[in-house]
Amino acid sequence: MAWAVRLDFGVVVRTKFVTAASELGRNALVHGRGGAMTIKEVLQDGREALQLVFEDQGPGIADIEQAMTDGFSTAKSMGLGLGGARRLVNEFLLESVSGRGTKVTVTQWKRR
Amino acid sequence: MEQIPILSLGEFLLVTIQVELHDQLAMRLQEDLTQKLARTHAKGVLIDISALEIVDSFIGRSLAHIASIANIMDSATVLVGMRPAVAITLVELGMSLKGIRTALNVDKGMQLLREATGRARVAPSQS
Repeated sequence: MAWAVRLDFGVVVRTKFVTAASELGRNALVHGRGGAMTIKEVLQDGREALQLVFEDQGPGIADIEQAMTDGFSTAKSMGLGLGGARRLVNEFLLESVSGRGTKVTVTQWKRR
Repeated sequence: MEQIPILSLGEFLLVTIQVELHDQLAMRLQEDLTQKLARTHAKGVLIDISALEIVDSFIGRSLAHIASIANIMDSATVLVGMRPAVAITLVELGMSLKGIRTALNVDKGMQLLREATGRARVAPSQS
């Protein structure tokens, strides 16, 4: 949250981004048996962004498209985590190898 | 252990959530509230979330659970004080909290509860 404040994101963008982080963190914990989150400030073509990378060494996601669908869940939840998190951020990248783990990268650009 | 206080206010219960609601705290609140409902026979529950900066799908689901449980225990629930940014985020997340009554602040929430429970009490004599 403090990073998002420092980059001067507005309150709505900040709330969305931190909520997405919460969803992804929970995913890594529940499905990926825990993992690590890296936070980065990115500077590209004079634009600043905040980037979060969630990595776990869990079972991976067999069908990414299905996992991104609202309502799909392997834990008895509502299945809004991945699809919901994607809608809350600017960029969303999901990489997963079955049996090896999952890596989700989300990026929020600062508006100029 | 951390605990969210539940205050009795006339025939209603007031729950003010002032810390970020993590998993265990949410479960604890569900238990505490149901016990208090059984003990006090409160007709309504007001949950104030104005202090919450983040409501993710887990917390949203917990709040919805609490409302359903209270409903089954013959008590109306009103969620008050949701921040605008939280409302926007929840809808985009795909969670519109259907079935939960909401009000903008505690005053309006109390009014809603009085109306809801007032009607419930009058209804049987009309038939």
